[in-house]
Amino acid sequence: MPGIAAFGACIPRLRLARSTIGAAMGWANKALAAGRGERSICSWDEDSLTMAVEAARDALPSMETRAGVGQVTFASTTHPFADRSNAAVLATALGLADGVHAQDAAGSQRAGTSALAQSLAACGAPGARPTLVVAADRRLAKPGSDQEAAYGHGATAVLATPGDGLATLLAARHAAADFVDHYRASGEPFDYTLEERWTREAGWFELVPGTLRALFEDAGVAPADVHHAVIPAPAATARRVAGLAGLREAALADTLSERCGDTGCGHPLLMLGAVLERAAPGDYVLLVGFGQGVDALLFRVTDSVRGFRPRRGVEACLAVRREETSYTRFLSHCGLLPVEFGMRAERDNRTAMTVLWRKREGITGFTGGRCRDCGTVQFPRSRVCVNPECRRTDTQDPQRLAESTGRIKTFTEDWLAYSARPPLVYGNVAFEEGGNAFIEFADFEPGEAQVGMPVRFVFRLKDVDRVRGFRRYFWKAAPAGSA
Amino acid sequence: MATGIRDKVAIIGMGCSRFGERWDCGPDDLMLEAFEEAVADAGIERDRLDAAWLGVFYDEQNVSKSALPLSMALRLPQIPVTRVENLCATGTEALRGAAYAVAAGACDFALAMGVEKLKDTGFGGLPERTKGTFEDLWQPGFTPPGAFAQLAASYAAKHGIAMPDLKRAMAHVSVKSHDNGALTPKAHLRKRITEAQVLDAPMVAWPLGVFDCCGVSDGAACAIVTTPEKARELGRRDAVMIKALQLVPSNGYELSHAGWDGAHTPTTRAAARRAYAEAGLRDPRAEVSAMEVHDCFSITELVLMEDLGFSDAGRAPFDILDGAYDRGGRNPCQTDGGLKCFGHPVGASGLRMAYEIYNQLLGRAGERQLASPTLGLTHNLGGIPNRNVASVCLFGLSQV
Repeated sequence: MPGIAAFGACIPRLRLARSTIGAAMGWANKALAAGRGERSICSWDEDSLTMAVEAARDALPSMETRAGVGQVTFASTTHPFADRSNAAVLATALGLADGVHAQDAAGSQRAGTSALAQSLAACGAPGARPTLVVAADRRLAKPGSDQEAAYGHGATAVLATPGDGLATLLAARHAAADFVDHYRASGEPFDYTLEERWTREAGWFELVPGTLRALFEDAGVAPADVHHAVIPAPAATARRVAGLAGLREAALADTLSERCGDTGCGHPLLMLGAVLERAAPGDYVLLVGFGQGVDALLFRVTDSVRGFRPRRGVEACLAVRREETSYTRFLSHCGLLPVEFGMRAERDNRTAMTVLWRKREGITGFTGGRCRDCGTVQFPRSRVCVNPECRRTDTQDPQRLAESTGRIKTFTEDWLAYSARPPLVYGNVAFEEGGNAFIEFADFEPGEAQVGMPVRFVFRLKDVDRVRGFRRYFWKAAPAGSA
Repeated sequence: MATGIRDKVAIIGMGCSRFGERWDCGPDDLMLEAFEEAVADAGIERDRLDAAWLGVFYDEQNVSKSALPLSMALRLPQIPVTRVENLCATGTEALRGAAYAVAAGACDFALAMGVEKLKDTGFGGLPERTKGTFEDLWQPGFTPPGAFAQLAASYAAKHGIAMPDLKRAMAHVSVKSHDNGALTPKAHLRKRITEAQVLDAPMVAWPLGVFDCCGVSDGAACAIVTTPEKARELGRRDAVMIKALQLVPSNGYELSHAGWDGAHTPTTRAAARRAYAEAGLRDPRAEVSAMEVHDCFSITELVLMEDLGFSDAGRAPFDILDGAYDRGGRNPCQTDGGLKCFGHPVGASGLRMAYEIYNQLLGRAGERQLASPTLGLTHNLGGIPNRNVASVCLFGLSQV
């Protein structure tokens, strides 16, 4: 039976305390003043695509683990591009084979669970290959709205496999219903959200229990035997749904609302990942997706769960955090505050697509060269070897550097250069395999970088071309322990 | 190597505009200001020029490309004019073109002009520019101070020197240049400063503060070169001769190879080796009487003292604090204030450095005149430490 073979997550390191939102916006919305916990927020250089890449790398840390992937589906309601395959960028960044089937999935908060259900269904076909599902969202919310406090930013990756995996699919049920508890029109930045009581009572309580009844009948499993129920709803709503569906209240999985908020269409998968990190073989796991209908999937955990470790995993992602104390900087990162960054910010960031295409493996896939004759690793890969003792032509094999580590050789914190989060930190980094990269740094606060410090590489937004609406991505050096 | 151009080219006239924020001047005005001085100094008619080289770097921002800006501004008499650009070595590259033409026998008289009009951008610091369609996809959106600040972090780590100690040596570099700039009428920045001012200045790019950075200036400088024979025909007995003119760009080693430590500039070392060989120089510390090096930032000058062979490895901070490069020191450096205070209109800088050496050798340096200098050195480092063009020139007074 098809199952889940791997999972991973990306929760941006920055967290905004709900009390910070309350202090800034409580004047407009009194309810915000009572907010507890914190939500995850993207830095200026993170979006759904960069988080998707990092979540996928968390699930499949080495190139060996990615070798068999035949399909990748990138689910999001906040893809950076409406018409440019976001999944193709993801596949290139991950270094997946050129023959991979890459597709975007979108349209509702069920995009992640639906993509997973479809992938698992496809894995049941003869000759099927593992399918990677990545779900990510970076939803904006109006300042002062309830959503501003409730939402988080994040991504989750799940690998569906024809084999049993860590958790085997027992049954799946779906329902479609044009229940408009919220919507976001194409091209609009914000959700329009209806009354929570109606969503709860006419939506969750009416639509979900029936789907779950059919699911449990299909599987021949009693709801009360479920060990972990992923119901991505506010806690009180989830408790009532559990009661209506015959689930034990103790089985309800943590909604993570106080630690990162509702991370959008990947959130059910994020909660599922957190569950799988502590589930025991034999446990039944229920996964529910909700959004203009219902997805319901029932899994049984296998012995393999004990052997699987993501690079980092959900709990570790949640543990790596840095509080963003500036509410206005959060707004600026969201593009909701027109900060004066000076004339340097007017620099033309036009991308030559012809060059990006020629150099896609080097740039998007962060791949340098290794000289067959002298072994010298170098970035960027070039026709002539950079080793002064070698300088032979056409001797370099591709050498993927994204999964490498390095050490800071030189750096600065540049307060003059344009950065949406000054200072711009950058420097020369020596790769573990040899070779040097002059590269921007990510996630270093002023005073943190030191010569000799170990770094790893993360996929990030490099520049935004505001004139042409393009975003270009490259890799950055981040503290090895934190990203 | 071939014999080079040692003693084959004489400089018979030089000119330099006042450097600074020349709000009232365009590049044509600046070029004319420098040219009028040079042509009067040379004592020849403009129409005797056989060819000219124009060095200008930030073409998109100001002067525009091609030979036209120079040919039009000076109303040159329908002679070949070539525009050259090689980062901050642009002015030296223009001089190289003119000198090589004379050394080759193709020209009797050639003009090298460098100019930059930087203060039309509307903001402080150097203009933003593309680094190339591929480089823009991955290289950091650096500024020059940020790129050069890298030298400080790695230098301190390599030599085990505490950053406050390194900062103090760097501060002395700037204090010394301001002392000299105060004595230089055409310099952009002419106020003396104290070490405390340098150390307390606002941070630009760690660890470089405002006083660790050179001025951003408008200006032009030029040279008229000829053969020793023509110089003699013009009645010269002693002339400033080019002893060496070498230029070495990076080949990717610093950018891509693990071997570079980030604390020195291999191109400067290579250019110095070539130049010292061309001039027959054996001991720069004993033989160089004056030098103008590429002090775009205080840390650059510090590192260069080792790259050019004036300080032993790891000793530059101590030599600097001991005053070795002060105006009265062992190897006076930046006697006109350098890029730091004279200013740095990029395309003009190489020629401005030559202008100071020329004046020192001819005893025309006024209040900052050194006692009987015989050999002067100029050095440019264009670009940034991991991707640059270095030039080293030597000039001496010889009989023609």
